[in-house]
Amino acid sequence: MGERKLGATRRAVVFGSLVGGLAATISVERARATPAQMREAIRNVVGAAAVRKGRVELDVPPVVENGNTVALGVTVDSPMTATDYVKTIHVFNEKNPQPNVISVYLGPRAGKARISTRFRLADTQTVTAIAEMSDGTFWSATAEVIVTLAACVEEL
Amino acid sequence: MARPLINVPAKVKRGRAFEIKTLISHVMETGYRYTTVGARIPRDIVTLFSCSYNGEEIFRADLSPAISANPFITFFTVATENGTLEFKWTGDNGFFETATATITVE
Repeated sequence: MGERKLGATRRAVVFGSLVGGLAATISVERARATPAQMREAIRNVVGAAAVRKGRVELDVPPVVENGNTVALGVTVDSPMTATDYVKTIHVFNEKNPQPNVISVYLGPRAGKARISTRFRLADTQTVTAIAEMSDGTFWSATAEVIVTLAACVEEL
Repeated sequence: MARPLINVPAKVKRGRAFEIKTLISHVMETGYRYTTVGARIPRDIVTLFSCSYNGEEIFRADLSPAISANPFITFFTVATENGTLEFKWTGDNGFFETATATITVE
């Protein structure tokens, strides 16, 4: 009798760990944004306004070995005067766990609409930069980055 | 201990835009990583960075987990007058760090 009870417990433990493992796998796979989520994140920023190509220069390497630190530069073609300047620059990605990378807020005092930082990429994907001008128009640029070693997904 | 590094030119011509380079040591833990036993490592990132020039905000950035460890940010501003640049980093778990740099305008 005692042995049967023990067996049942063991089965429960085995089943339990199986379900647990499955759940862990699912949650790991869920932590990925999709191109659709990136479009939604962009919609949240630009609203109903049209986004045109141009005026923005996105500087990322075409191939990166290590996705943990990727140099990112954004330059926007703008005179940066009191009446005509860049208000914000947003950078988005398709396949990281979250579609947002960085949002920066500038003003006429910036003088030059150029920023740079370093960011992570979880996979080979397209990066998009969008700039909002003081007149309310949105301009964008995209770049494809090939990543050999991905960030974000490794275990410790 | 987070140690910020700031790089600004010592002297700038009035009306000229100059580059400001900033770096702060921070793990920028994404919150999407797991230990080998499957436990999720909680998010710990810098969420906000801002810079003010003699008290007036000239630059602000919202950071996400996609920003690499030890956030490095560069940007420009126009030299208007002698003064101080104040930098602020705010993040998860009550993280807060400031740094200042002085600028001479000629």
